[in-house]
Amino acid sequence: MAKLLQVNHLRTTFATSTGLVRAVDGVSWDVEEGETVALVGESGCGKSVSALSIMRLIAPPAGRIESGEIFFKGRDLLRLSDEEMREVRGSEIAMVFQEPMTSLNPVLTVGRQLTEGMEIHYRTQPAAARARALKLLEMVGISDPERRLPQYPHHFSGGMRQRIMIAMALACNPQLILADEPTTALDVTIQAQILELMRNLSRELGVAMLIITHNLGVVARYADRVNVMYAGRIIEQATAAELYANPRHPYTLGLLHSVPRLDEPRRARLDPIEGQPPDLTRLPPGCAFQPRCKYRVERCVEAPPLVPLDAAGHCAACWEAANIASASRVTA
Amino acid sequence: MAFYILKRLLAIIPTLFGVAVLIFLLLRVVPGDVVEARYMGEGGQFQSQELMQLERKKLGLDQPLWKQFTTWMAGLARLDFGISMWTGAPITEEIKLRFALSLQLALMASTIATLLAIPLGILAAIKQDTWVDYAVRVFSIAGLAMPSFWLGILMILGMLIIFKWLPPMVFTPLWVNPWENLAQLIWPALAVGYRYSAVSTRMMRSAMLEVLREDYIRTARAKGLWLKLILSRHALKNAILPVLTIISLEFAFLLGGLVVTEQVFNLNGLGMLFVEGIARRDYTLTQALVMLVATFFLTVNFVVDIAYAWLDPRIRYR
Repeated sequence: MAKLLQVNHLRTTFATSTGLVRAVDGVSWDVEEGETVALVGESGCGKSVSALSIMRLIAPPAGRIESGEIFFKGRDLLRLSDEEMREVRGSEIAMVFQEPMTSLNPVLTVGRQLTEGMEIHYRTQPAAARARALKLLEMVGISDPERRLPQYPHHFSGGMRQRIMIAMALACNPQLILADEPTTALDVTIQAQILELMRNLSRELGVAMLIITHNLGVVARYADRVNVMYAGRIIEQATAAELYANPRHPYTLGLLHSVPRLDEPRRARLDPIEGQPPDLTRLPPGCAFQPRCKYRVERCVEAPPLVPLDAAGHCAACWEAANIASASRVTA
Repeated sequence: MAFYILKRLLAIIPTLFGVAVLIFLLLRVVPGDVVEARYMGEGGQFQSQELMQLERKKLGLDQPLWKQFTTWMAGLARLDFGISMWTGAPITEEIKLRFALSLQLALMASTIATLLAIPLGILAAIKQDTWVDYAVRVFSIAGLAMPSFWLGILMILGMLIIFKWLPPMVFTPLWVNPWENLAQLIWPALAVGYRYSAVSTRMMRSAMLEVLREDYIRTARAKGLWLKLILSRHALKNAILPVLTIISLEFAFLLGGLVVTEQVFNLNGLGMLFVEGIARRDYTLTQALVMLVATFFLTVNFVVDIAYAWLDPRIRYR
């Protein structure tokens, strides 16, 4: 399959009062057509900034995409004019945001917000756009769309609003949807529904998805491939199945161990990652994870590169990756 | 919605009654009455007490307060403001032309203020911290710092010196000669409108900045909408509410509050009439004016409430 999205050495920085923060620091990853890729990591590791960089929605003047390439269908998005980029947004790449409560405009009807994208990108006539909006609401599982269309966001619950956000993202038939923590703000029971919905729709329509999450459970069920981020860098890359079976970076290992599992004894202790997520203005030299790492060796003061470990493309950025492989098998 | 409108409408009545009681009492607490004001001779000598009592009796000022009040209220209920204690002419006649002038001036000034404030505020917000923003800031703060009567004097002097022309100094109603009318009123409207645009410009800017940081604006941008559409459809409708409040309250204030500006431009508006009414202790006239301005204020408020509910659907269902 062809690469739909190819991010090369992307670096996005923010000027803050305490100094320049490299929120995304030279990351490379890709999404193939129709595939679901996950970007996983703690808060502040640069996941959301990565997605916003693709959309070129990083707020200037503080935020800036410093370098890198973002190839989408062969075009470098970073070289497009503002107007060309606007045409890409919504029509070819759509985004679903984290906060369904605040991401919809409170003073516009749901119908208005669903149809405006089509009217702009495809000059769809209002009647046709309305018909499509009704269809979209039905697709995302909102009953009685005729009655719902002229209502305002405050008439809908959080889960319903996220369904509307998804319908909005699908409106212009994009090839790629960036879902930035689409379920974080929702109740657990609703989370599963929304994720199922997104997976089914992406399969049905053949839309590729980038799911940004801190929830490894989500990754396991819904992603084909996973990129684990830490302090603005990707520290491990693998297929979802491989990552679970054979984590090779201590941070990934830590994340997996800190998730409760149903197949373990009920009173088994969770094993949290010690310490705090790093302060991006004062990163330690070398590997950013080393202050919290159980496998630290002297060489960790040099930054380890992200290197392939096998032919299937499993990559990890750790000097001790080979040793961790055996360690994780022992504990798993 | 209909219930909401009815509820807001009914709330006006008790407020007006409160205003009536208050102004009635306040006026009578002030020492002196219209008879004293009129017959106060040179050097503070009074006319004979008998004459003054006679005059008071004619005006009904000898009656107990509650009686005076009920008489006034009975008149108001029939929309009859009575006669001016000073001139003896029906108050409706006294006020009619001045009200037309003041209303027109307030409307024109508010329109100018709005036309300045909304575009400038939006411009300053989207060009935040650039020279455009600073220029708008200087322009609006200068407006706030210059009293409109002073600006008015400068305007008149400027026109006189540069163009050797003076705007008409006698009021012509709009329906008699629109051109003459506008040639006179446009200047005070500009002076007043500029001054009152300042606060709303600042408010528009800050409300816009706040809204532009909202998540739904990011959503709109992610949809690939044009900046113009994002501003007009998504941002403005959310940011306009506080500005609307300020503009409408200023508008209501302008109706009776332009005493000095009216002096400068030789306009016989309600502001001047107010001052005269109070100085002459013309109870009936002052009361009528207060009731008129209060009704106007409440009506504007009512309209704003309805506009709020129309603009923000969340309010309708409360």
